Amino acid sequence: MPEEMDKELERPAVAIEDAEHPLIEPGHSYSTVTDHISAIVLTRKTPRWWWIGFGISFIVLNILLFSLGALVIKGIGLWGINQPVGWGLDIINFVWWIGIGHAGTLISAILLLLRQDWRTSINRFAEAMTLFAVACAGIYPIFHTGRPWLAYWMFPVPNTMGVWPQVRSPLIWDVFAISTYATVSALFWYVGLIPDLATLRDRARVKGAKIFYGILAMGWRGSARHWARYETASLLLAGLATPLVISVHTVVSFDFAAGIIPGWHATIFPPYFVAGAIFAGFAMVLVLSIPLRAAYKLEDFITMRHLDNMAKVMLATGLIVAYGYMMETFMAWYSGNEYEMYMMTNRLVGPYKYFYYALLFCNVAAPQVLWFAKFRRNVRTLFTVAIIVSIGMWLERFIIIPVSLHRDFLPASWGMYWPTVFDWSTFAGTLGLFFALMFLFLRVLPMISIFEMRTMVPPAEGRPRK
Amino acid sequence: MSDFHAAHGRLYGLMAEFDNRYDLIEAAKRSHAAGYRKMDAYSPMPIHGLEEALGFHEWRMPMLVLLGGIFGCVGGFSLMYWMAVHAYPMNIGGRPNYSWPAFIPPAFETTILCAAFAAVFGMLALNGLPRPHHPVFSVPGFALATRDKFFLCIESADPLFQVEATRKFLESLHAKEVNEVER
Repeated sequence: MPEEMDKELERPAVAIEDAEHPLIEPGHSYSTVTDHISAIVLTRKTPRWWWIGFGISFIVLNILLFSLGALVIKGIGLWGINQPVGWGLDIINFVWWIGIGHAGTLISAILLLLRQDWRTSINRFAEAMTLFAVACAGIYPIFHTGRPWLAYWMFPVPNTMGVWPQVRSPLIWDVFAISTYATVSALFWYVGLIPDLATLRDRARVKGAKIFYGILAMGWRGSARHWARYETASLLLAGLATPLVISVHTVVSFDFAAGIIPGWHATIFPPYFVAGAIFAGFAMVLVLSIPLRAAYKLEDFITMRHLDNMAKVMLATGLIVAYGYMMETFMAWYSGNEYEMYMMTNRLVGPYKYFYYALLFCNVAAPQVLWFAKFRRNVRTLFTVAIIVSIGMWLERFIIIPVSLHRDFLPASWGMYWPTVFDWSTFAGTLGLFFALMFLFLRVLPMISIFEMRTMVPPAEGRPRK
Repeated sequence: MSDFHAAHGRLYGLMAEFDNRYDLIEAAKRSHAAGYRKMDAYSPMPIHGLEEALGFHEWRMPMLVLLGGIFGCVGGFSLMYWMAVHAYPMNIGGRPNYSWPAFIPPAFETTILCAAFAAVFGMLALNGLPRPHHPVFSVPGFALATRDKFFLCIESADPLFQVEATRKFLESLHAKEVNEVER
């Protein structure tokens, strides 16, 4: 047998080394993988729960349209923000959604570079999650400007006023970071879809579907030359997306760290924010994948090993976040700065203290159960922990943003912040947007990368001839 | 009849179908060794070593992405410089207009953006996509190239291509089936 073939045999062998907890259940071949995943989109009857789920999401999405419409007509006074708290739920939700998105990029890019084969069956919908989460995040800063129809002024666009963005502000860096992130995520996702769209084109029986997938597949025919360039492009995109995802949340943290508000002005913010984003993102991937694999009977492809690995990533990043909390507290004391010390006292015994205790429970205490394999391999426990972490990461941004702002240097200017019904309806509305997009994605596109799953099929089928 | 097609340029090539990737790689190697150059293989997933077996080496992609990145970096930084120093200078806390460290994050983002555009659009352009129709699609059973079958096509444009001889050669490579590809 030539040497190259040896190498060829090696890769899947690594993937299935853990025979007890395989990445793909035994007995699958190229054709069964293809048929099983494409049938969800092409032939299986749309399940009733899909209609119910999509219907509810769509109704909630309309609440978003109503809330934003009212906001445009009346102004952002409808939200609870005012002096001294100018950044409220809008910015909390912006950071929360962006953070959720980061797990998708981590799975699709960083784990690809690290040759973690287990990413294969979860990367497609994790990337979709990224894209939809960024779409939800983008709404907030745009509407927070108060005049969203002028939001393009943040971009360097030649204009008759001769005004240009002030590029020394982290807020303008954010415009560059988030728009680049949204664009690159969309490109990466689409490129990953092209071979699968060709599969759907070739397997569709309905004319409309053939045309729809045919246009999107752009005439992909699986040529070896095309695959070679495709693989190079994917690898380079992964290499580009890796520093990008880290830079994006670093820049988001600069929005705070470059300010002088106690509770914001900390050098630990960039790594602490990036770890928190991955923490929240993996929690959301688990929240989505646990019901999905049950609903579509995908336990063969999204195995316990995937859930176990994701739980471990969550535990590790959760510990980094816990270290961040510890350092914030330590630096408040060690700085000897009375404002920094008061910021910490205010968190512990101030008017929002229960939020802080809930945060410590959700993000520090609850994930500790993941040390035990018994809990990591119990889907109910895992799902519950993932939900708790999602709530905890939302609380973290609440603690950082309004709780730091509401009592800063001058007691005379202290105040309280409570979100209004419009804050909550906008937040609920973006959840509706996210889930409506997610349901549409599940219905029209393959939620698992079919061609990458084919590379995971053990090479038992068709051994080389001697 | 077949020679008539070839002679009149109506034959795109001969397409051999294989059951597994090992037969395909072996066939590609032996075809290359036999002197065929104008040929292509089709598979449902990327196969490492297949493009080398066909004698194909891709070197333009990494160059394109590097150029895209350099363009994004220089262009982005110059844009920041021009905006902050020439187009709209502003005194921010007495800092110099040319405060270059602050230009690095946005210039980094434009670097990534342009390199990613180069990777995606470069890949599509070099692959000649989008191209909705291609002669290989007319081969019966070629739709399985996106499911579980493997194909090797020796094109009539190859100087060594002779319908009967090439067909016999492909059949000797454990091909399950050999079909003519009409243009």
